[in-house]
Amino acid sequence: MSEEQGPKKTRSFKLPPQLVNTGLVPLLAVLTSMVVGGLIIAAAGGNPFAAYAGLFEGAFGSLNALSETTVWASPYIFAGLAVAVGFKGGLFNIGAEGQLAFGAVAAAWIGYALPGMLGADIPAVLHVILAVGGGMLAGGIWAAIPGFLKAYTGGHEVINTIMMNYIALNLTSFLLNGPMKDPNPMNVVARTPLIVESAHLPPVFPEFRFHWGFILAIGMAVLVWWLLWKTTLGFEIRTTGANLDAARYAGVNVKRTIIVTMLFSGILAGMAGAIEVTALNYRHELGFAVGYGFDAIAIALLGKNHPAGVVLASLLFAAMRNGATRMQFLTQIPVDVISVIQALILLFVAADTVVRYIYRIRSRDERFSLTRGWGK
Amino acid sequence: MNKRRFYFIAAIIILLYLIVILIGSAQISPLVLLVSLLATTISVATPLTLGALSGVFCERAGVVNIGIEGMMLTSAFFGWFGAVFLNTIWSVPPLASLLFGVLVAIIIGGLLGLLHAWLSVSLKVDQVIGGTVINILAIGITGFLNRQLFFEKNSIFGGQIPHAPGVLPRISIPFLVDIPVVGKVFEQQPIAVAAIVLVIVANFVLFRTRWGLRTRAVGEHPRAADTIGINVYKMRYWNVIIGGMLAGLAGAYFTIESVPSFEPLMTNGRGFISLAAMIFGNWTPFGAWAAALVFGAAQAFQINLQQFRAVIPPEWAFLQYSYVVGMVPYILTMVILTGVIGKTVAPAADGTPYEK
Repeated sequence: MSEEQGPKKTRSFKLPPQLVNTGLVPLLAVLTSMVVGGLIIAAAGGNPFAAYAGLFEGAFGSLNALSETTVWASPYIFAGLAVAVGFKGGLFNIGAEGQLAFGAVAAAWIGYALPGMLGADIPAVLHVILAVGGGMLAGGIWAAIPGFLKAYTGGHEVINTIMMNYIALNLTSFLLNGPMKDPNPMNVVARTPLIVESAHLPPVFPEFRFHWGFILAIGMAVLVWWLLWKTTLGFEIRTTGANLDAARYAGVNVKRTIIVTMLFSGILAGMAGAIEVTALNYRHELGFAVGYGFDAIAIALLGKNHPAGVVLASLLFAAMRNGATRMQFLTQIPVDVISVIQALILLFVAADTVVRYIYRIRSRDERFSLTRGWGK
Repeated sequence: MNKRRFYFIAAIIILLYLIVILIGSAQISPLVLLVSLLATTISVATPLTLGALSGVFCERAGVVNIGIEGMMLTSAFFGWFGAVFLNTIWSVPPLASLLFGVLVAIIIGGLLGLLHAWLSVSLKVDQVIGGTVINILAIGITGFLNRQLFFEKNSIFGGQIPHAPGVLPRISIPFLVDIPVVGKVFEQQPIAVAAIVLVIVANFVLFRTRWGLRTRAVGEHPRAADTIGINVYKMRYWNVIIGGMLAGLAGAYFTIESVPSFEPLMTNGRGFISLAAMIFGNWTPFGAWAAALVFGAAQAFQINLQQFRAVIPPEWAFLQYSYVVGMVPYILTMVILTGVIGKTVAPAADGTPYEK
């Protein structure tokens, strides 16, 4: 690209470059998307200000609204962390949705069937740990398969994780319509039976749906941060992600690291599903997982793959999803407009060059590099 | 295409066909069933063929396009909308409306191709991220507009799913269609026929014309191409736009040729399977078509097996669930990507932005 020598209007932002990259650009991306979303709402015949006011009220207007926002946020945090860990390791995990669904199915099965299989009640705490742990493991395995294929055959994880999504969708459809279907004669829906009481993760306050899963999610964010930046494994993951060849020369077992990264990523996504089952729905129902995979990608990118950023981005997405119902009720703007706004956020964040271009922010930062062709 | 891969393709197709014929032979004669399987295979392979061709054009020029899925979905929606709009609001006859819908789909695909080219060639955004952005945008926009246009009371259609202009009629290939029994294979809908013609055209363009040579040069070694005066950016832009238009035509298949309606998420991963077909076909049009036929066969297998659900032997009872059979194309994709059926070689500069 020929460097334009035209009028040099260097707006001298005095912010340190790191803050520009991780703070200002995502913020502007969100703002720009809201403006474009407002135009769409106006074009659809609505009043954008009333719509956004409704959105805000629905998300933060009361204690209950706040509690609901955290309920929305917890799977986002887990799944967003899952994608972020993958990105850190140079892997694009588009399969969070399938891993989440599989984790949820496993947790539900342990929740409703295991006591019967053992012929004994399981103590409450142990049962919850088993159910959530089982869900994490199931999600981890589901992600480790594409990881293994990537490491040993070069099969690209972008396609393989998506294929695993469709396989998971078919497999869970089969299970929830067949062997695992809720046997209640009144039931016509593809869903599992309710899990037994001992597998419930209790709410924090009895009057709100705010549950321990949210607190666990924050805990996981801290854990991910510690693991990625304070341990040898984290160093290996980040080195492999930054430069595969350099990692290999430095003596990192790259193949193992790729599999471990995917395993860890899948564990986080599986936990998202397991928590939803044990803390909220007490069962798994078909179609529940749909959409989380792509939302998680947007959240990870918006949060710049940093655990703290992922938490903030999750809260934002949760607030939008949660407030959308209120917005629709007040202004008749369909909730789907949120999907458009979120897609725009993703566009402006992923392609942050676009935001920099719009607002003329200079950059000399590192560029994302995930894929170079389909090999390796 | 090397022999090993050809045998693999033949083996998979024969195996899938045999299972259906064995199960169904009690009710329908094997020959009739075979013809029906072949006809379905060619038809359902259509979007995969076109999607894979889209990938071939983009990647031969050095741009990875995983947004094909989103391009298909968006084009499917707008093509459908265009056809319905003309038919119901302006009372244009069905066939003309449908052809207009196909045109709209191609244009929308081309515009999304332009967006992808802008992101990946000019802005040098990571191409996989750029493609994912298109995929997510597609879900959001089609979901929103579908609700807004067809389910809102104050929309132009009055909140009702409009009366459909139907689907594109079948065309018969002269003479071949008159062959007894087997002739049915040569009675296909226009986009299916176009896809096969486009495979031949694409092969000619890529390997027999100056344009094709330049496209491949840009995808293999952009710097060398630049040195001898080929405009790398221009070549990449146009090929990605052509790729987008092909994905758009694939989108039209869903709503204008296959079924006369739009459903959210109806492309169902076909865009991604197309990419696998492209890789398996070693980035050549004929290879991609052959691979698309394998997936087509897998789907034809699933569709044709549906009618025999009642007579499936009890020891194969799990086949009664369409979900179980439904996994076949996806598993097949993963197996193919492992490279056990022979390594493939991507264009050398595939996925790398070019900086002058």
